[in-house]
Amino acid sequence: MIRITNGLVINPATNLEEVTDVWVQGEKVVHIGPGNYPSRQVINASGKWVIPGIVDMHVHLREPGFEHKETIATGCLAAARGGITTMCCMPNTNPVIDNECIVEFINSMAKRANGVNVIPVGAITKGLVGDELANIGKMKEFGICGISEDGKTVMDSALMQKAMLYAKGLGLPVFSHAEDMTLIGGAMNAGENALKFGIKGLPRAAEEIIIARDMILAKYTGCHLHICHVSSRGGVELIEFGKSLGISITAETAPHYFTLDDSVLEDYDANKKMNPPLRTADDVIAIKEALQKGIIDAIATDHAPHHYDEKDQPIEDAPFGIIGLETSFALSYTHLFKTGILTAMQLVDKMSTTPAKILGIDKGSIAEGKIADLTIIDVDKQYEINSNDFVSKARNTPFNGMQVNGEVCYTFVKGNIVYKND
Amino acid sequence: MLRNKDLLGIKDLEVSEIMSIINLARLMKQRINNKSLRQQNLKNETLITLFYENSTRTKVSFNMAAWYQGMNVTDLEVATSSMQKGESLIDTAITLDRMGIDYMAIRHEKTGAPHLIAKHVAASIINAGDGANEHPTQSLLDLYTMYEKKGSFEDLNVTIIGDINHSRVARSNVIGLKKLGANVTLAGAGTLLTTGMEALGARVCFDVAEAVSGADVVMGLRIQMERQNSGSFPDLREYSQIYGINEEIFSKAAKDAILMHPAPVNRGVELTPELCDSNISAIDEQVTNGVAVRMAILTLLHDRNKSVLKSSRR
Repeated sequence: MIRITNGLVINPATNLEEVTDVWVQGEKVVHIGPGNYPSRQVINASGKWVIPGIVDMHVHLREPGFEHKETIATGCLAAARGGITTMCCMPNTNPVIDNECIVEFINSMAKRANGVNVIPVGAITKGLVGDELANIGKMKEFGICGISEDGKTVMDSALMQKAMLYAKGLGLPVFSHAEDMTLIGGAMNAGENALKFGIKGLPRAAEEIIIARDMILAKYTGCHLHICHVSSRGGVELIEFGKSLGISITAETAPHYFTLDDSVLEDYDANKKMNPPLRTADDVIAIKEALQKGIIDAIATDHAPHHYDEKDQPIEDAPFGIIGLETSFALSYTHLFKTGILTAMQLVDKMSTTPAKILGIDKGSIAEGKIADLTIIDVDKQYEINSNDFVSKARNTPFNGMQVNGEVCYTFVKGNIVYKND
Repeated sequence: MLRNKDLLGIKDLEVSEIMSIINLARLMKQRINNKSLRQQNLKNETLITLFYENSTRTKVSFNMAAWYQGMNVTDLEVATSSMQKGESLIDTAITLDRMGIDYMAIRHEKTGAPHLIAKHVAASIINAGDGANEHPTQSLLDLYTMYEKKGSFEDLNVTIIGDINHSRVARSNVIGLKKLGANVTLAGAGTLLTTGMEALGARVCFDVAEAVSGADVVMGLRIQMERQNSGSFPDLREYSQIYGINEEIFSKAAKDAILMHPAPVNRGVELTPELCDSNISAIDEQVTNGVAVRMAILTLLHDRNKSVLKSSRR
């Protein structure tokens, strides 16, 4: 047995927040609380948080097709270092995850990696081209947890409606990338700063239009809709309205949307370019408020690795996306917990318990009999983010050099230590 | 006894009317296979089939049902008729009516076409399928088959699987079965099961195995190939593997359950060929029962029209 002693155990699923012991045997948590069992290893978690392993609903692992950016193996290493024990990988690979053969390839590569749980998200349409439904039913048999056209939007509303009806029949949630594809072409948020910097803008309207449309379709189909990477005040307001109507919707945001605004693009650094883009300071406030009020349910990274050769281009040419697996907890802890926006329980809920619930997986809870996916964090540890320390293949982060609190000490998956930093 | 001049939908029938058709159909069935029992009870009556959509069994079935009772029958070949010159539906129907035709069996791709014609003609209109609305003669032969095999509708568990949205057979059957006291479960892909059939009293289920569990009657519906082009499911392979009925799924049904299908079957899509050809299948029996039911309908409509004529003379 492994005894994790004296940590502050935070488990929203059982409303537990107390300094106690967690006992792990084999794959499972067997006891919470004091005890006197033989243990082959004792981990002193005094002054640290012991939380259910983080569930990151939105990750790009780039394999198959773009292994120069990231592989499933390196992505899993980065996840473990970030305290993430389960992640959902998006289907915009090459070939696209649109049939069960590719799902099974992901499953197989994940099995060869460090043990972090990887759950594929299937494409909505074959090849992500928006013409016909992907093999959603067959992919479900092989383990997808939802469908998404991530990076794109199914602009044909009738097809999107069919996708929702079909997914509803299979009990799968539909993830919405929420971007009107007729309003693209920019490299940063459209607005004052874009004008100031002379960079082409991406309007908030692109996000708001599709959030509204997809919520309306969810209302009439009864399918569960999950809005990805909410970045704007308008998006938040729409989701609040949709929830007030009783539509089955959840929403996620990413750490960069509550930590950075578009003024940071003054240096034209493509490592600050992602989609949706960083918005204004007012949007950042709105995202934080939405997290606090529960309008936004989950924090995900939208980890989007790119090779430095791809990012070392003029900002308008460089691809969208930043990595986030290794910085997600520290940024969330520093900017949401330490600032008093979220309680510890709320923070853990949004990073682990609720994402698991949305995905319909038995994760996100430390309790007797549950699989031991858990993370121990030295929350007081202050340090500077250094992208050279990353175990991800990629370095495209806007957070290099930033001071944060909260360092992952141990990550357990199925009772195995997959990451350790004593 | 039937109350109305026309047979437009199960919706319009009372339970007693449905049962009188079924009961007479049992008698008629004997006449199909035993020539010595055939009668000329509808001699001098005329029937025309007016099919604006393709059909094999329904059209021939009407023909046989008429011939076995001594009627004169003609088919209007829509492809070579004045419809091709742009004649309106009502004008065509009135023209035929004025020739003294007594019965018209009409199939049309638009909902309500037989109802429209019925208002304009003296002949009795039999709906042979209108749009995605009703297919009452198919439903009546299905009901007859269930009654013949199971003896009662009370708490009979009937599961219908497939393209419910576009199926007039499913609609007519749900309406009829609910009137008769059966329990109906509808199953299929989410895209093919959206019409709010719960409002008609059916249970809706998206898992085929669960839907078949404990069913006394399992009815598959034809996947119309044009539906695939409309994008309601990814491809036929996925459809057949997830929403098709095979032996394993059928084994979850009640003991002595029967398999039905309005046919034509896409073998290997909605039903496995092995299941179609096995002894639990009532699909071939349904065809014979279809003729019997249509014989009964023609006779009962004739009886009704005769008695109305008598009472108006009186």
